[in-house]
Amino acid sequence: MRDGMGMLSLKVTPFHPRTSELMQGNAWRRWAGFTVASCYEMAPDREYLAIRNACALIDVSPLFKYRVSGKDSLAFLNRLVTRDLSKLSVGQVAYGPWCDSRGKVVDDGTVMRLDDHEFRLTSAESSWRWLGDNAHGFDVFIADESDETAALSLQGPTSRALLEKLTGVRLSDVKYHWMRSIEIAQRPVLLTRTGYTGDLGYELWIRAEHALDVWDAVVSEGASFGLMPCGIWAMDVARIEAGLVMLDVDYTPSPKAFTANQASSPFELGLGWAVHLHKGDMVGKKALMQDRLKTDGLKLTGLEIDHAAFMSAHEELGLLTPLPFIPWRVVTPLFLDREQVGYATSGTWSPTLKKYIALAQVAARVARAGNKLTIDLMVDRERRPFAAVTTTLPFFNPERKRA
Amino acid sequence: MSGYDAIVIGAGHNGLVHAAYLARAGKKVLVLERRPVVGGATITEEIFPGFKFLTGSYLISLLRPEVIRELSLAKHGLELMPLESTLVPLQSGDYFADWPDHDMTREEIARHNRRDADIYPEYAATMKRIALWVKPLLDIAPPNPASNDPRDKMAMAMIAERLRAMSKSDFDLLCRLLTTSAADFLDEWFEGEALKGTKCTSGIIGTFLGPRSAGTGYVLLHHYLGEIDGVFRAWAFPRGGTGAFAQAVYSAARSFGVEVRTNAAVKQVIIKDGVAKGVALENGDEFYARRIISNADAKVTFLNLVDKKELSPDFVNDIRRFRTTSAACKVNLALDGLPTFTSIPKGKEALYRGSIEIAPSIDYVEKAYDDAKYGGWSTRPFMDALIPSLLDPGMAPPGKHVMSLFVQYASSELEGGWNAEKRATFLDIVIDTLSQYSPDIKSKILFKHINTPDELERQFALSSGNIFQGELALHQLFFLKPVPTFAHYKSPIKHLWMCGASTHPGGCITGAPGRNAAMSLLRDFQEESA
Ligand SMILES: Cc1cc2nc3c(=O)[nH]c(=O)nc-3n(C[C@H](O)[C@H](O)[C@H](O)COP(=O)(O)OP(=O)(O)OC[C@H]3O[C@@H](n4cnc5c(N)ncnc54)[C@H](O)[C@@H]3O)c2cc1C
Repeated sequence: MRDGMGMLSLKVTPFHPRTSELMQGNAWRRWAGFTVASCYEMAPDREYLAIRNACALIDVSPLFKYRVSGKDSLAFLNRLVTRDLSKLSVGQVAYGPWCDSRGKVVDDGTVMRLDDHEFRLTSAESSWRWLGDNAHGFDVFIADESDETAALSLQGPTSRALLEKLTGVRLSDVKYHWMRSIEIAQRPVLLTRTGYTGDLGYELWIRAEHALDVWDAVVSEGASFGLMPCGIWAMDVARIEAGLVMLDVDYTPSPKAFTANQASSPFELGLGWAVHLHKGDMVGKKALMQDRLKTDGLKLTGLEIDHAAFMSAHEELGLLTPLPFIPWRVVTPLFLDREQVGYATSGTWSPTLKKYIALAQVAARVARAGNKLTIDLMVDRERRPFAAVTTTLPFFNPERKRA
Repeated sequence: MSGYDAIVIGAGHNGLVHAAYLARAGKKVLVLERRPVVGGATITEEIFPGFKFLTGSYLISLLRPEVIRELSLAKHGLELMPLESTLVPLQSGDYFADWPDHDMTREEIARHNRRDADIYPEYAATMKRIALWVKPLLDIAPPNPASNDPRDKMAMAMIAERLRAMSKSDFDLLCRLLTTSAADFLDEWFEGEALKGTKCTSGIIGTFLGPRSAGTGYVLLHHYLGEIDGVFRAWAFPRGGTGAFAQAVYSAARSFGVEVRTNAAVKQVIIKDGVAKGVALENGDEFYARRIISNADAKVTFLNLVDKKELSPDFVNDIRRFRTTSAACKVNLALDGLPTFTSIPKGKEALYRGSIEIAPSIDYVEKAYDDAKYGGWSTRPFMDALIPSLLDPGMAPPGKHVMSLFVQYASSELEGGWNAEKRATFLDIVIDTLSQYSPDIKSKILFKHINTPDELERQFALSSGNIFQGELALHQLFFLKPVPTFAHYKSPIKHLWMCGASTHPGGCITGAPGRNAAMSLLRDFQEESA
């Protein structure tokens, strides 16, 4: 201890031996207590282009994964999450939020139906306690498989062709939000057609001890499909384009909300479509019934910021425009006639749309598409107002996502 | 000899803070301290040559940030170094660690209990939120709830307003905290023994209660108050020890013109026609002033320094009942090199720089209390250890170290009374207990020193050696502190005031009683001249 006083260290994912070899710019970040790449190359531009034009390989192992099995597993999960899972077939995946008893979002994630009485739930936050506390009275068995399960997200237009080449199996019949058991490098892999990019894409759920074999096979075959390992920055651009909210960034999960006001209902987060109030009892149902009718709350909306004005404001000063090629995550006030009507939570330059876009929470009365709000942005050393027009989400939704 | 506006009896940190505020407002102030040094229980002493011992307090957390700002303590030399971690060596040989980082702590809690890891951030946020509601009460003179004085009524209305603004669930939790034990409260949240063991210690530090005693829930909250100020967020070690903090206040006080005399023990407060006029020292000197303010604890002040004929028997009884029985001891070790804690794994050596708590479970701490309850001492005491020389190399000669141990429980009411032999026996128990976790500690000890309750009483004039000048218990807090009839820093004797830890908000290095009392006294001066 005399010298150096010891090192504090974060966990690493099963892919770390490979990802650390790829790292060029020392751009590591934390995700749920793990060390993951913000970007491997010196800048995220090419990694983003791979998502939209070829295929990107993203290490998403820090997601939490739970196996829920037993006689009551369907009843238990159906009471936990807001979506109606009774219609979920074996082999199907459902994305949605789950709420506390006040109807505020605790987390969001996917439920995969592996078998009649067997499910996998993924979440952004550790859900061990939440699942355990809600399991009282149900005949279920919950196993935390987070550490023993590695996860890769393979996203982009060539992802299917690459996987077909790797497995020798036709995958076009694996529809959006369905799954299939496959083998890669003779290792069993659960393939789900899911992702966080709004593009054609898949997620691979792999036993941790097989992680490197699968990675190596995907990377070596991927060379001819334009595959690029891709970090969180590029994925963040894609998920904003896809209008997907992120926990801790676009909303505060209710257990972390310091005051009740900081928590959000699913309706405020644009997840009303995933709240099925017609089904039987569920956690937070009473509050959700009321929230659904509320008109004074906030609403998730897209924003298109007037980048032409933003650029000319810079050019008039003889400056190049610092467009955010790496998304920002700073809560930024939005105004209507200088009255604050909401706030943006994350924003980015969209390389595909060639627009400056953002996700925002705004008062329901101004949430309809086409409202012209203003957002204050820095121009050199001054804060200036720019037009920000509310738009429907997603910003970008290619046919191939579901095709 | 006259001409002083105020005489402060005692140069504890509160006495010095109080004097500094009065002098800053233009008052002529004299401070009289019986010891040769200032600081009271906030002191660094070189008892063994070259080694600086913390014979009283050892860490700072609840110090009011406004005291630092208003008295410019940074300019006067105050430097605080936040503690980075807490280590709890376990009897199994494993350990539990609280790290300065969210992810690290989470991982560590999960290693012991995954459910606890999930709920811990919620617990921490809840405690901080409740502390936030309670915090403003620290900085006001407690109102009298039964009074019709508009000032009391306004203050009570402010408190009611704050309570109303709390969410129902927070209010419920506050009520529970005020009424349950630390152990019961922690049991409602957590499962892991090690986590509960270390958390419960905040509920019993300095109190002669076990974690299962009612009332310790409040103490738990009290210690969270220090975490929400945004100044420290954790316990901090002042460079040079807590004595250096007292020196900074001393220097600030003198810069405002305060006169301080040491070796000046006050024998009696001079009272004429029910009005305090001055003080008489042990050596016969007399000093006179418009106000006399005692920094000594309530029992010393009213049972020793004031002629009892001047007080009503009711009041004297109230003061007698003021609970001061204590079970806290302070041990300091001069070490020939760094001791090894076997449970600290390679790569985690940073843990040596933090607190090392011998509190492996609630049961362990409760048993330590059980042993001492009936005039005894713990056979396996609870200890909060620190190696200050790792944070400030000036605390020991190069290559050597000092270790500070706060130890509970050894009763102030020890059967047969304390003597040198018993002090030595208990010191051996402390070191034996420590050596279970650090086998080489004995071989490194150059010098060892213990302050048992009787010694704390003798040295610092603390009744029963109570480290907080009276138990931090609900029945003697806020408008009940020190006694229900006089909780406004005033006393039944006209112009005799109080400014020490016996008054609201109580013990610990806070500066708050000293500052609050100064605010009240300055208003009193103003009203007098108006
Ligand atoms: C062993 C121990 C450990 C502690 N640990 C901590 C800790 O880590 N953190 C923390 O925040 N708090 C701690 N405390 C508590 C904290 O030190 C006290 O609450 C605080 O110092 C009280 O300050 P004070 O100025 O009110 O009173 P005191 O420090 O008690 O000062 C009173 C002064 O009055 C003087 N005096 C008394 N009678 C007379 C007289 N007749 N004539 C002249 N002078 C007189 C005394 O000598 C003394 O200097 C600890 C206390 C002890 C004893």
